[in-house]
Amino acid sequence: MARVGATAPSEALICLRGVAKNYRRGSEDLHVLTDVNLDVDRGEFVALMGPSGSGKSTLLNLIGGLDVPSAGIIRVAGDPITSLSRSKLTTWRARHVGFVFQMYNLIPVLSAFRNVELPLLLLPLSKAERRERVATALRVVGLDDRMDHKPRELSGGQQQRVAIARAIVGDPTFLLCDEPTGDLDRHSADEILDMLHHLVGDFGKTVLMVTHDPRAAARAQVTFHLDKGELS
Amino acid sequence: MRFLPLVLANLLRKKARTALTAASFAIALFLFCILVTIRASFNQGVDAAGADRIFVTNRTSLIQPLPLAYRDQILKVPGVQAVSYANWFGGVYQDPKNFFPQFAVDKDTYREMYREFRIDDAAWQSFQSDRTAAIAGAALARRFGWKVGDRIPIQGAIFAGEWNFLLVGIYEGTKANDDLTQFWFRWDYLNENLPDGYPEGYVGWYSVRMAAGADMVEICRRIDERFANSAWETRAQSEKAMAASFVKQMGNIETLMLAVGSVVVFTLLLVTGNTMAGAVRERTSELAVLKAIGYGDRFVLGLVLAESLAIAVMGGALGAGLAKAFTLAGDPTGGMLPVFYLPDAGLLAALGLSVAVGLFAGFAPALAAMRLEVATALRRL
Repeated sequence: MARVGATAPSEALICLRGVAKNYRRGSEDLHVLTDVNLDVDRGEFVALMGPSGSGKSTLLNLIGGLDVPSAGIIRVAGDPITSLSRSKLTTWRARHVGFVFQMYNLIPVLSAFRNVELPLLLLPLSKAERRERVATALRVVGLDDRMDHKPRELSGGQQQRVAIARAIVGDPTFLLCDEPTGDLDRHSADEILDMLHHLVGDFGKTVLMVTHDPRAAARAQVTFHLDKGELS
Repeated sequence: MRFLPLVLANLLRKKARTALTAASFAIALFLFCILVTIRASFNQGVDAAGADRIFVTNRTSLIQPLPLAYRDQILKVPGVQAVSYANWFGGVYQDPKNFFPQFAVDKDTYREMYREFRIDDAAWQSFQSDRTAAIAGAALARRFGWKVGDRIPIQGAIFAGEWNFLLVGIYEGTKANDDLTQFWFRWDYLNENLPDGYPEGYVGWYSVRMAAGADMVEICRRIDERFANSAWETRAQSEKAMAASFVKQMGNIETLMLAVGSVVVFTLLLVTGNTMAGAVRERTSELAVLKAIGYGDRFVLGLVLAESLAIAVMGGALGAGLAKAFTLAGDPTGGMLPVFYLPDAGLLAALGLSVAVGLFAGFAPALAAMRLEVATALRRL
């Protein structure tokens, strides 16, 4: 089960030890994260809550290899990602991480199919293989009949489902969801949470979700709180 | 190729902006190609000039004549293989704006001297047998709708009076830059019908062909030496040098082209650079997401450069294509630029310029996209 505060080495899928992140704003040092220790096991659905500016998204970025910590070490499946170069980290992300953002962040000029296909273009797959995988991912999120629609032709909930399809199409090691329901109405938000639950329960995916919404956090198996850079 | 849909989709994101930027390229490259064409037209004489021909004129000026008697003396100069001669006529056909060069030429030697022009034997025989015969270039005949057998009246401007010619042949060229706008008639016809006051037995210039392996500089020196201190001193020079000096009299075309070309390129850089910078700015979040899901810095750099390049090449190709079509319609000046064609090298230069400007203009925005920090960009969303 996911836990915080452990300092001994662990076999967890995601393992953070002594992670800190500082920013410099003018002459001031901002300590966004301080000595974060976190373990997340494979197949878990973990929620991170906390007030604005508490460092939730920063923590997610560090785990997703979008940023590097000022101190500490992050291991994913036993590999220390904090020692990877920028370009290797990019390749690592493509293989291991699926991102879901609050504002969906789909490419507006591409169809749902093309949006979902984007991560696959980096893999050595044939066109037919890509098509099959995209169709499968869209079927999982219930949008296989909308694959030719552009994002503007879809509702907010549907766009987020396309974003989830894009996140899972490459079969990543884990999913990072930054406020995935933050821009959705209650009904759509529930659909998205059902889907994440489904991905964890039926497909064994590991999901880390940042949220402000207690109802969303309640759907996770474990919820951690982040306040002033400290995780509890 | 698998990323082509992404590039195309981005180009079509703001169709009007892409079209306007490509159109600015098209206009600029059209202008560039026309300048290249004008330059080529001015330099046509230099390019087409025979490497083994020497041009002999009066030392004082091109418009001063030389005695016909010089022909035999020039022929005696070692290394000289053949000599021909001609006169500038300067007449008007129907209207002064219908300008084209008219030459009174030697019926026995002119064809052999200018082998780059193709004239069939029957036409040349007719030219030799009829004193009023004339031969026109194919472009000139097309321009005025002339055909063999037509009577061509020309009003003499230098040699006053109305001169009537019988068109007996039409010559073609062997190279793209051959001048097909000339009008030839017989020098002996001019000589026998000179208006009062013009002495007989003078020519405008001599064209001299040297033997293979002969020293052109030495031949020129000997010709000039032979007529030094006479009433009609000569200036012998290679035909290319003569043509080049003629171009020089028109002004410094190279400098003009460089100036206009520089303005064109600079303007294009600003327009395209601004377009691409705008395109990158408004897509910061998309580029950040692409990077987040595994697209590398170099890919993003290449993506922006590919878009910039595509706009440049589309616009450039359109402009160059339009320019080519425009030049194929022929001289738009009514005879001032008789050989008005866009050389292949000019076309390639225009496309090369498009590629270079496209890459250069897109480089700064592409670099900014490449350096985009994903975490920072995502925080701004």
